[in-house]
Amino acid sequence: MRAMLEQYREVAPRGTVEFLRQLGQRVEGKRMLHVNSTRQGGGVAEILQRLVPLLEELGVKTRWEVMTGSDLFYRTTKSFHNALQGTKQRITAEMYEAYLECNRENAKRLDLEADVAMIHDPQPAALIEARPEGSTWIWRCHIDVSTPQRSVWHFLRPYLVRYDAAIVSLPKFAQRLPIPQFLVYPSIDPLSDKNRDLTPEEVDQILARLGVPRDKPILLQVSRFDRFKDPVGVVEAYRLVKKSHDCRLVLAGGTATDDPEGAEVLAEVQEAAGADSNVHLLLLPPTANLEINALQQAATIVFQKSTREGFGLTVAEALWKGKPVIGGETGGITVQIIPGATGYTVNSPEGAAFYAKRLLNEPDRMAAMGRQGKEYARHRFLITRHLQDYLGLMIHLG
Amino acid sequence: MGARRAGSPFRFVSCMELREVMGQRAMDEQRLLELIEEIPADSIYYHTHSYYLRHAYAQGLFPNDFATWVTLHAHDRVLGEQLGILDPFEFDGIEQLRGEILAIMSEHLSHIKTLPRATTGEPFEFMRSHVIEADLGLETWTLREFRDALAHVEVGAIYNHVCEARLRKGRLSGDFADWLSAEDGLGLQELAARVAKVGCLGVSLEGIREQIVRLCDRELAAR
Repeated sequence: MRAMLEQYREVAPRGTVEFLRQLGQRVEGKRMLHVNSTRQGGGVAEILQRLVPLLEELGVKTRWEVMTGSDLFYRTTKSFHNALQGTKQRITAEMYEAYLECNRENAKRLDLEADVAMIHDPQPAALIEARPEGSTWIWRCHIDVSTPQRSVWHFLRPYLVRYDAAIVSLPKFAQRLPIPQFLVYPSIDPLSDKNRDLTPEEVDQILARLGVPRDKPILLQVSRFDRFKDPVGVVEAYRLVKKSHDCRLVLAGGTATDDPEGAEVLAEVQEAAGADSNVHLLLLPPTANLEINALQQAATIVFQKSTREGFGLTVAEALWKGKPVIGGETGGITVQIIPGATGYTVNSPEGAAFYAKRLLNEPDRMAAMGRQGKEYARHRFLITRHLQDYLGLMIHLG
Repeated sequence: MGARRAGSPFRFVSCMELREVMGQRAMDEQRLLELIEEIPADSIYYHTHSYYLRHAYAQGLFPNDFATWVTLHAHDRVLGEQLGILDPFEFDGIEQLRGEILAIMSEHLSHIKTLPRATTGEPFEFMRSHVIEADLGLETWTLREFRDALAHVEVGAIYNHVCEARLRKGRLSGDFADWLSAEDGLGLQELAARVAKVGCLGVSLEGIREQIVRLCDRELAAR
């Protein structure tokens, strides 16, 4: 087991492994419990798969419990998710009851004994009713609840105020709650298939398979085909860049089966791209981690031109690959891009095109920015920092 | 001189900051000023000093969050520059620094006709941090050992022994200089004086590390 943390020695900032071990000593033997609603798929499960064994290795007795529920429960919590992120939803009394009933059943089924319990997102939030005596409970909110549908927030709030603390991913995601709210940025795993080093041959092979030639600079955006990610704006920016620089544009996104708007947006992007053979629209499955990795490594400049964004970890992924990022001035993108140092934040296709052209004209500046971005990601957005924050929180909350 | 063994060792203690969102936010410069007047000193400290820990490697626009926000979000470059030049190492305490920030903002706001607001929709969010220390179990007895440990230690230790020591714990020369000059340390007064001067506006923690390592290298080479 000891070997797992050691694997991060080469990629984390110097001294990190020793520091984590010292922090671990301060909470050694404590029992920590994570509860969420899925073991596979999604960012929370992805990070827990790695964090749980790392916490174990540091001496924290860590368990991970997963809720189970009916279709109605999952439909309800999907609606909660959308409502909390500001999309109006109709939620019936029957749905609220299904949510509570499912939490009650899981409270009976799951072993909730722990010194520190971290309850992830709204799905298991009502488990707080079954909190064992003497334990510390933390609500870990991974979503943007800055402008929630009030009815849903008011339903959840009486449960949330019973926690000892909450964790948000950005300060603006914090709501008015009478409990301390801590800031913990999400993270990427530098050793995962999405972020590990690939050989030039691997990158070449994958891009050949995807049908993307490497004969000219590649501008890339990786994101769902969603209006908030502004893929049409990216095509407009590319057209402006193309006037002076021969380059390719790759828009790689998920198929988003649960998002009816996705197909509509994709059609708009296809129309905007027209018959330009230098524009590549790639529909990739959620498991295409190596493909995303290879595209990011092959890219010259990465865009994340969102007009609204949660945290936007694709920015950290690109920084980690040493690429300058041009991103929309919104949400978590603004904490990942230091303008002029790791990339540029913009508010229009023209802004994105301007900075892309500037970078293409100055390869040295681009390389220096890539190096800075990689170091910035190393210090701020790797899983080792995430682990450090959780250990710090355990120490602070006693 | 250089081979001297200290009477007591230097022990590296690193730290991390746990960040707490205070739930208070400003959308314009007047509200920002009012909240800077009211918030606990911990929050002023976070927005003016913890910068060094958060930007250990790369440097942001300005070395304090107030200057950065008024520039990027309220598009007030003049105030940004006036606040950006404040060097936290030049103040004896947080209240003195708070007073200076308020004086600059009041003076600026009294001369402008339109109140700058966050046109990007991103408010200034007040935060504070809880610093959590961890003894790294790393002891050094000689200058060579100290230099080598410093070159590889986790960057939080640099923050703890330079910024926290000087700015929050009142050890104005910083822990490295104190040990280098102490009689039961290495008794290297001149080196300690040079090390005490490292760490000022515009230098990242990695920059501070590099400068002190370089000073140690020069001292070792001069033996």
